[in-house]
Amino acid sequence: MEKVTHAPHDHYDAEASKIGMWLFIFTELLLFGILFVIYSVYRYLNHDAFHLAAAELDTFTGAVNTLILLVSSMTIAMSVTALQKKNKPLTLLLNGITFVIGVVFLVNKYFEWGAKFDHGIFPGSATLTETLSQGEILFFGLYFIMTGLHALHIIIGLVFIAVVMWKVAKGKVHAERSALLENSGLYWHLVDIIWIFLFPLFYLIV
Amino acid sequence: MQSTNAVNQANYLEYRGRFKGLFGWIFSTDHKRIGLLYLYSMAVMFSVGVLLGLAMKLELLAPGKTIMDAQDYNATFTVHGVIMIFMVVVPGLPAVFGNFLLPIMIGAKDVAFPKLNLLSWWFYVAGVFLVLAALLFGPGTPDTGWTFYAPYSFKTGTNMLPAIFGAFILGFSSILTGLNFLVTIHRMRCPGLKWSKLSLFVWTLYGTAWIQLLATPVVGITLVLVALERLFGVGIFDPALGGDPILYQHLFWIYSHPAVYIMILPAMGAISEIIPTFSQKHIFGYKAIIVSTMAIAFVGYLVWGHHMFTAGMSGTAQYYFSLLTFLVAIPSAIKVFNWISTMYKGSINVQTPFYWAVSFIFVFMIGGLSGLVLGALAANIYVHDTAFVVAHFHYIVFGGTGFAFFAAIHYWFPKIFGRMYDKAWANIGWIVFTIGFLTLYSPMFYLGMMGMPRRYYDYLEEFHGGNILSTFGSWILATGFIIIIVNLVRSARRGEKAEMNPWKGKTLEWTVPSPPPVENFDKIPEIAENDGPYNY
Repeated sequence: MEKVTHAPHDHYDAEASKIGMWLFIFTELLLFGILFVIYSVYRYLNHDAFHLAAAELDTFTGAVNTLILLVSSMTIAMSVTALQKKNKPLTLLLNGITFVIGVVFLVNKYFEWGAKFDHGIFPGSATLTETLSQGEILFFGLYFIMTGLHALHIIIGLVFIAVVMWKVAKGKVHAERSALLENSGLYWHLVDIIWIFLFPLFYLIV
Repeated sequence: MQSTNAVNQANYLEYRGRFKGLFGWIFSTDHKRIGLLYLYSMAVMFSVGVLLGLAMKLELLAPGKTIMDAQDYNATFTVHGVIMIFMVVVPGLPAVFGNFLLPIMIGAKDVAFPKLNLLSWWFYVAGVFLVLAALLFGPGTPDTGWTFYAPYSFKTGTNMLPAIFGAFILGFSSILTGLNFLVTIHRMRCPGLKWSKLSLFVWTLYGTAWIQLLATPVVGITLVLVALERLFGVGIFDPALGGDPILYQHLFWIYSHPAVYIMILPAMGAISEIIPTFSQKHIFGYKAIIVSTMAIAFVGYLVWGHHMFTAGMSGTAQYYFSLLTFLVAIPSAIKVFNWISTMYKGSINVQTPFYWAVSFIFVFMIGGLSGLVLGALAANIYVHDTAFVVAHFHYIVFGGTGFAFFAAIHYWFPKIFGRMYDKAWANIGWIVFTIGFLTLYSPMFYLGMMGMPRRYYDYLEEFHGGNILSTFGSWILATGFIIIIVNLVRSARRGEKAEMNPWKGKTLEWTVPSPPPVENFDKIPEIAENDGPYNY
């Protein structure tokens, strides 16, 4: 008997993939949206404490991270164009740059968090609960939750980009089947735009 | 009908793909097999939930300790709630009948993302095992109630973390199913099948999918925050660190009230399919049902505060939440009106699914109207956290979604398994179950009005009579449930072969053989200008 393949699974619909990705992005926006709501409520209730605590954050590292994330969004957008122009090496290069920048972001984050830990500022620490006010505890709690969850999304984005690069290299993602690369771009832009809101809320409003 | 398509030679139950036996099912991306995987896993979890419910009723047979003490009773209602809500009624009709029927009803071969669909089921199973792990291992069974209210949920010494992560993963499964259905309905309708020609079950799945997508992330992040609170003490919900437990209740109900509509909308969709078929008449007010479905989906987001009238909220907020709660009752009432009008002057064919559908309307009306008592501010204060509330939401969730589920399984059973069940036993099962249901929950309205609080293993002597009646009802209900299950399981194996269209339905699933072939259609159907799902 001849081998039968299950045809629907070879079905390719770029429009459907993109709608699917946008819907997923809605869910991510709601996930972070709720955290932003909590932030606003507690900021309203603990106005002065949030000012005090925000002054502790390192604006320079935050600014550097903002800048490099913006650049990475540009490079991933360029990689989509490169793929459409059928320039595979350039696509891989631009994706590679995006990936490296993502890693650099995480390294910066690591040192930033590490410095806070050295000062004894982490959830549940003695310094936090004994010397700081409730508003400041909430600020740092939210800071670690929101930047931590964002960092987790960076990691997921990096895995996504790595998979797409592998598929581009294998020739499974190409100019006619570019939806996966475009979706990884959409996801990366989402991660980027969430940071665009996190940065002023935590670092700049002091 | 002998199929010309190579894959379609076999029906989906007999088809041999890459794997055989069990693996042929749990690794199958066929939407019909996934629907059945959900059916079987949910049937198991539902049975566990029923047993826990029976244990609770047995405990309440007499005042004082009957079979368990307070701590065990708390654990029992927690686990009963978590299982019934997160594993049975929330996935409920979309996961079983939505998966099975949605592609066929829109003339497609499968959903938009078949692998993602299988992944959803795997997430479901992972969530189930995580929650079960919380019961079997660790320092004690969760005892917070299914709502996981802060601050108790991060203070209690019981094994909360696996239960919370389990609920989170079940939510993820729900999101992926919703996403899949939305894309499927948008992209995969067959030629000529305009939005105005979709069958109503598909429309309700569409409304439900939006709620699944937009409400579930809220509870997802809320559960993560509770877990972080437990692990690290971040302070968001901990009053000792400046947080606010009431905020938890808001965030929880922002999801969990819309979740009620995730449960009930597809149930209404199934009823909207069954009533026209057994009345052999066009559904009355097709557009009104669609508009009211979408209205429920939208307004349902804005009423969560009515769960918290006694929790501490400004008077202004209470007025708005109460008003919106009354508003959300209107679209449901419109649907009831439409179903009744559909029957008017129809040629009614009284069969088991029709019995279930009509009794659905009956219990749903009682549940809905008692909901208005709870939505009114003054009455709410009086019956808040009493047995009245328990009776109300069981009339809606069990009487609504549960009855619709049984209606749906009796309606689509011949299509799914290609065999017909024993109709006499099915009718007996229905009448016993319904009598049991009414005997079990009706006394709880009275008990609640008299002031019996919920969530206690003990009660005052004056409540004894009502509780005996209620416990007695739980045994009748269990008997009915056993009759139904035995009849269906036996018939799935040995029932008579069913025809392609035993009920003379007009929707697309009745145009394919029973059981459907692997790819549903040999040729993708085309809907002519004058065709429609209810043109009798």
